[in-house]
Amino acid sequence: MAGKKKQDNTAGITHEGRFYSAERLHAMHDMMLYIRRFEEKAGQMYGLKKIGGFCHLCNGQEAVCVGMREAADSKDYMMTSYRDHGHILASGTEPTAVMAELLGRAGGVVGGKGGSMHMFDVKNNFAGGNGIVGEQVPIGIGFGFASQYRDDKRVSITIMGDGGVNQGAVYESFNMAALWKLPVVFVIENNQYAMGTSLSRASAETHLYKRGISFKVPGIQVDGMDVLEVERKMGEALEHARSGKGPMIVEMMTYRYRGHSMSDPATYRTRDEVDEWRSGRDPIVRLQNQMIEAGLATEADFKQKDRDIKKDVGAMAKAAEAQPEPDLSVLWDDVITDEIPNAYPYPRQVG
Amino acid sequence: MSKITYREALNQAMCNEMERDERVFLMGEEVAEYNGAYKVSQGMLDKFGPRRVIDTPITELGFTGLGVGAAMAGLRPIIEFMTWNFAVLATDQIVNAAAKMKYMTAGQYSCPMVLRGAGGAAARVSSQHSQAFENWYANIPGLKVVMPSNPADAKGLLAASIRDNDTVIFIENEINYGDIGEVPEGEYIIPLGKADIKRVGKDITLVAHSRMTGYALAAAEELAKMGIDAEVVDPRTIRPLDEATILASVAKTNRAVVIEEGWRFAGIGAEISARIMEKGFDDLDAPVARVTGKDVPMPYAANLESYALPSVAEIVEAARVTCNRA
Amino acid sequence: MPIDVFMTQLSPTMTEGKIARWLKKEGDELVSGEVLVEIETDKATMEVEVIEEGTLHKIIAAEGTLIPVGTAIAVIAEDGEEVPADYMPESTGEAPVLETTATADIPASPEPVAQAIATTPAPDPVTAQTVEVDMAEVVRAANDKRIKASPLARRLAKQKGINIAAITGTGPKGRIVKADIEKASKRGINLGGQSFTPVALRPLPTGPMPYHADEYDAIENSMMRKAISRRLTESKQQVPHFYLSMDVQMDRLMDLRAQLNESADGAFKLSVNDFIVKAVAKALVDVPAANASWTDSHTYQHKHAHISIAVAIEGGLITPVVRFSEQKSIVEISNEIKELAGKAREGALKPEEYTGGTFSISNLGMYGIKQFNAIVNPPEGAILAVGGTEERAVAENGQVVVKKMMTLTLSCDHRVVDGAVGAEYLNALKKHIECPASVLI
Repeated sequence: MAGKKKQDNTAGITHEGRFYSAERLHAMHDMMLYIRRFEEKAGQMYGLKKIGGFCHLCNGQEAVCVGMREAADSKDYMMTSYRDHGHILASGTEPTAVMAELLGRAGGVVGGKGGSMHMFDVKNNFAGGNGIVGEQVPIGIGFGFASQYRDDKRVSITIMGDGGVNQGAVYESFNMAALWKLPVVFVIENNQYAMGTSLSRASAETHLYKRGISFKVPGIQVDGMDVLEVERKMGEALEHARSGKGPMIVEMMTYRYRGHSMSDPATYRTRDEVDEWRSGRDPIVRLQNQMIEAGLATEADFKQKDRDIKKDVGAMAKAAEAQPEPDLSVLWDDVITDEIPNAYPYPRQVG
Repeated sequence: MSKITYREALNQAMCNEMERDERVFLMGEEVAEYNGAYKVSQGMLDKFGPRRVIDTPITELGFTGLGVGAAMAGLRPIIEFMTWNFAVLATDQIVNAAAKMKYMTAGQYSCPMVLRGAGGAAARVSSQHSQAFENWYANIPGLKVVMPSNPADAKGLLAASIRDNDTVIFIENEINYGDIGEVPEGEYIIPLGKADIKRVGKDITLVAHSRMTGYALAAAEELAKMGIDAEVVDPRTIRPLDEATILASVAKTNRAVVIEEGWRFAGIGAEISARIMEKGFDDLDAPVARVTGKDVPMPYAANLESYALPSVAEIVEAARVTCNRA
Repeated sequence: MPIDVFMTQLSPTMTEGKIARWLKKEGDELVSGEVLVEIETDKATMEVEVIEEGTLHKIIAAEGTLIPVGTAIAVIAEDGEEVPADYMPESTGEAPVLETTATADIPASPEPVAQAIATTPAPDPVTAQTVEVDMAEVVRAANDKRIKASPLARRLAKQKGINIAAITGTGPKGRIVKADIEKASKRGINLGGQSFTPVALRPLPTGPMPYHADEYDAIENSMMRKAISRRLTESKQQVPHFYLSMDVQMDRLMDLRAQLNESADGAFKLSVNDFIVKAVAKALVDVPAANASWTDSHTYQHKHAHISIAVAIEGGLITPVVRFSEQKSIVEISNEIKELAGKAREGALKPEEYTGGTFSISNLGMYGIKQFNAIVNPPEGAILAVGGTEERAVAENGQVVVKKMMTLTLSCDHRVVDGAVGAEYLNALKKHIECPASVLI
């Protein structure tokens, strides 16, 4: 938050009629940049074989993660697929715990049980971290159902990708959410590729925000590379859901800079295409330019900020790596809540 | 005690638990206005209203996932599958979500939910509607599998399942829905993981669950005429399994036949007989025998159907051979 | 593949067998069920039948040779099969020979199986794909000495000290099941399992004998002779013997015997010995402590009187057993002894007919012997030596009178039968002999 610029209550940016204070803008910027550097660090650690298994990075999609959380109430639920590092960081979870989870350490968010794909943080209402494409969508409406059942005005932000949107469970969920007017915002992060398959090769209707038409779920399309636009449109959608009007679809147009996962060389798209998004539409650069233009910071400020964040991330990763691996005894923890000691399979026993 | 049907017993358990705990709700196809495809939820809509007794579209994967999310968010869903055959559509949510949520989240979230409905073979409904899946679910850590064989057990076990803090796969039997039996009135809880000896005997142990318990009891009467005194053990909870009761029975009788409606390969009988081999080897005077459904999809024609299912005669024969009687 | 014929174990204690006689010669067609060879075991001469049909290709073990159990004695060629000239059975020489002490309850040994598999020549690659081998069958075949018994039966047999090898299973595929053990336990037979395993004997020193070669004939010891030698030596070395003698009056018994034989009108003819067997059995019921066997952990007190009766046969002796003597009438006992003795002389006793006794009788009265001490026949706890009946001058109520008298001597294994018990037993026996009507009840 430490911009060198002197901050006052009037400094800020007005975007589409909404005022964003300098402080808030810095916070959003810093979080996006932190996520970017975190993911780069994760990529590096993966290359050093310190992170195992699947690892899906979200470089390029930071504005979606940050803008959504910025718009939401802290009590709102959020759940997504396996590309979840950015979302859980944006939800306010301690980064060391996220990195420790990637490294399979005892202090990971789920104690080393989940890894990259299964980040959960109940305190920050982040419900995963779900590894089966589309699986989180019915679960998301379940959270919405609970909210409606208790009438506690919480909205379930249920996120999927342009790949997940083709799963049948999604339409079952659209239908029930609309039928019962559940407080759910369905966010479709459209990064153009479902693994290696481009949108047009997988979807007959490529305007994904229209996917709810048959279920009377209204949809909007948002520039997901513009954090302020994400924040603004997401705010509208949340209000719609919270007010009892039922679910809404928000299609976030975005792009991932890296392959689908660490093992993906991403040869299905051209270098030119990636460069175009990276250099022309990068969400962090875009916000920086807006802030510089508004006199809220200088290029040098952001350079310094970047150095600080890189340093923080480096120290954070070291601290995470220094943690011990989980104790073997935790293997048996949390399989069952109500253990029945005298029945087989016996809790916490082999055979 | 009152004499009521198996379906009424289930209804009582649900009503009692919903009166007791505001977080409990019932959701499924035709559970509300239609009063249940098999009338298990008869009158519940009137009693609890549409907020807590909810008809769903035909969308098993969707409403099972909804149940997972609602449970994670602190409610206690009872999700009814019209039959377990349709729950195959929901297996991703059961296996990949419900069963693992507690573990994957290191205990941050849990999934206290009852998934219930009719399992096993019904009558003359052919291949896609006559299947026993308890072995599928019993294989999975994080789940409990419960199968009542009579009205009293149906009530006591369902109430316990609703109160349980894990996901319980509660498999009823369509053929048993009309069975009448003595059922305790008011609150009645049977702890999960406890087998029940339905008939005491000394010569052979018949282990059978759900509808097959009745078959085993009928077989025991036939065996008695041959001078074979059979003990019938109903595990009631398939996972976790009260193997101590089974092993104690086998220690007494030295012989066992395990009966199940489902297919033989990797079935419940395979597991139980393996456990008897592992833990009760020196008690055995004969190999453990299994009587199971035939290894074919269920056919429609009446004679083929009854041939495909285990019969009392097959149980009697297996017991006779196991007892080494001519 | 040629089929190897092995020396098989034909009695519980057999470790080797002598080829007594080949009934088939090389080149003969073999039909299942025909007698192939006679094998002399430590107990009897046994006929071995043809199981695998074919042609007797080669006799490996010549008549008169002593072959360890498990060693090949012949090779059978399957119909039309050419056996390679250099074919030799795998087992010859290095066969999985049983330990010389041969516990009768032979545990299934994994080694022979492994050996059988390991030494199977690698099939040539062309035929390998077409020849289907049921590995389970191969293993079973190599392991065929394994006794099939249910886990429960094995456990019960161990608990009861029953030698499972001596039991015939009535379960599927001949499996020994719980009922078989219970039956065996009721009969009280088949002791001699692990608990009674004889310890290996140190061989006696064998040096030149201090006799001139022309002053003796060297008669090769038969299997039976060796078995007698081994068992009796063991008994005398290991069993702490003591002896109790008692005279009994035989007048009433002799009168009763005469009366019964007379009234039988040739239907039966009872010997003095028949009466003694019955009296011995009755007395064992009266004093069960004398009907006992010793093991390190337990004393087995038998519930029935299975009486071993020493029968002299050519080249030695054998002790057929009259089972449940306490429940049988004298006539039944008499008939059974005649039958068993006949079989014994023919060498035709089956193992179950000469094992499992709980108490022995040796009667040398007919040879004019007045009194002698017999050697306990383990695992039995006592043996009664019976002398001849003779008229003796006896003091009775201050008068010298002539009575028919007999002297009995009881040899006891002091580990299970103490002096007082032995005395009590002899008194019970005396009562039955002197008041013989009681044995008819």
